[in-house]
Amino acid sequence: MELSGIASYLISFLTFAGVYAVLALGLNMQWGFTGQFNIGIAGFFAVGAYTSAILTTPSSPAYLGGFGMPFLVGLAGAVIASTLLGVIVGLITARLRTDYLAIASIGIAEMVRLFVKNEDWLTNGVRGIAGIERPFADTLLDSPLTYLVIVALFVAGVYFLVERAYASPWGRVLRAIRENEPATAAAGKSIAGFRLQAFVLGSAIMGLGGGLYAHFFGFLSPEAFMPLYGTFLVWVMLIAGGSGNNRGAILGAVLVWGVWSGTELLTGMLPSEHATQGAALRVLLIGVLLQVILVTRPEGVLPEKPPRLIARKR
Amino acid sequence: MTDILQLLIYGLVLGSVLTMGAIGVSMIFGILRFAHFAHGDFMTLGAYLGLSFISAFGLSSWWALPAAMVGMAVIAVFIDQVLYRRIRRTQPVILLIASFGMALILRSLVQLIWGSDNQTYASGIQFPWQLDWLGGMRLKPDHLWIMLISLGLVAGVHLFLTRTRLGKAMRAMSDNMDLALVSGIPAERVIMVTWVIGGALAGAAGVFLGIDTRLHPVMGWTTLLPVFAAAILGGIGRPYGAIAGGMIIGVSMEMSTLLIPAAYKPAVAFAIMVGMLILRPQGIFKGTV
Repeated sequence: MELSGIASYLISFLTFAGVYAVLALGLNMQWGFTGQFNIGIAGFFAVGAYTSAILTTPSSPAYLGGFGMPFLVGLAGAVIASTLLGVIVGLITARLRTDYLAIASIGIAEMVRLFVKNEDWLTNGVRGIAGIERPFADTLLDSPLTYLVIVALFVAGVYFLVERAYASPWGRVLRAIRENEPATAAAGKSIAGFRLQAFVLGSAIMGLGGGLYAHFFGFLSPEAFMPLYGTFLVWVMLIAGGSGNNRGAILGAVLVWGVWSGTELLTGMLPSEHATQGAALRVLLIGVLLQVILVTRPEGVLPEKPPRLIARKR
Repeated sequence: MTDILQLLIYGLVLGSVLTMGAIGVSMIFGILRFAHFAHGDFMTLGAYLGLSFISAFGLSSWWALPAAMVGMAVIAVFIDQVLYRRIRRTQPVILLIASFGMALILRSLVQLIWGSDNQTYASGIQFPWQLDWLGGMRLKPDHLWIMLISLGLVAGVHLFLTRTRLGKAMRAMSDNMDLALVSGIPAERVIMVTWVIGGALAGAAGVFLGIDTRLHPVMGWTTLLPVFAAAILGGIGRPYGAIAGGMIIGVSMEMSTLLIPAAYKPAVAFAIMVGMLILRPQGIFKGTV
């Protein structure tokens, strides 16, 4: 492969890793901080991606939309839509055990997928939405590298915000809920309230990830998401990187995305009649990787390091 | 009227499948305190094991049932011993993640071994009986067998839970773990039996599903949501509730096709589940919240 080929592969690799890092940071807010088990990531991701796509694409007779709005408006729409979804799911599940959230969230992801697939008027159904433009389209700045910089800026911004949240008194309550719910309730904190806030914030971040993905990939269809694998990859990223640790979430996103794309290169060498087996083999490998991490190093590569609670005496 | 009766039959058939899955989910939750997300893919794997068994020996469709039940009972215990047992000491929610990963491992294994195409146990169309005394309603022999066999299996689980020492021990552990353990109940043996029953019933559910429709690597995963809905509706951790839950969800899903597009059938199960979580999260038969 010539140098420019390697460079463009690297840029696309890092952009994907960046989008996944945003998702992993969103999940870290829910699972890493608060202990909320969301396996409907694909649902929030899809809502964000489709909202941004519908707001920004030029008008089309096939589906609703064609508002032709700018990139940032699309992203804002993505965040608002996934926030609303997060509020609905959060209100239902905030006062229940986390197993119920897990079941409800997988239901939400499934409902979103069914809706996207069957409501042609809104999403163009299985034919998908094409021609989602990158920001600065038709200008000198339009290049994959520019988009990588934009994604990197968003990752940095989200990282800064969640890191501040983690260290704040608010984040401390979340960790307290995760570690010992009855004690936190006894200290007079509203468990359901804090859970709802963390869940909605995490969902909003996931919606942002969806929007960033839509403008990078340029095409959306119900199957292009690989809904379940998307959710699953984000989970493996967070657990491998170190749940509770924001830098771990970003590192995990890069590492696991590296493993995932690396296996794609390997299975790409298989003859084409074994293509579906190759895809299954990749999922199998990632699944085994998760189990090995859970058994041998459940705290991840970068374990959580909570900030000092009390200032040390001089 | 005939339409409604016909849908009722389909609903009871689907309900039988869901019941088989939901009893397992409910028992595993009662004993091990986690929602077993690989249960749908247990069903898939069971269905395919049955397929290999009957095609290897050239047997008729229904021989898939014992093969799937025995195979899945063994595999469930194996997975528990190799994976789940090692992380049982940590929080139950880690088990939940592990089972989610196991679901994907099993599904990709099925794709690797059997491919991603639709398959069936027996080719050809089975002619239904026309029941003139019920307004010309049609009933396939297979559907009747699915309902009768699941009735038998439910009765078997009931007898096991109420009449045997191990069954009583299981109910005790599900009701009050600490009290059961201090009174000397062999926890590891009860857990193993839980997996045997849960795995065997999941295998049966998979074969029923395969006989009713077709075999596909995601057949179990798409059934998982209604199975959980059934378990929650009946009160999670309550095997008897799972029967009521399974039948209610199954019949509602089929009846809903009178009003909304069939593509949204899973949404009905989901809506009932969400309604239940809001109004009465402990389920019809008070389970563990």
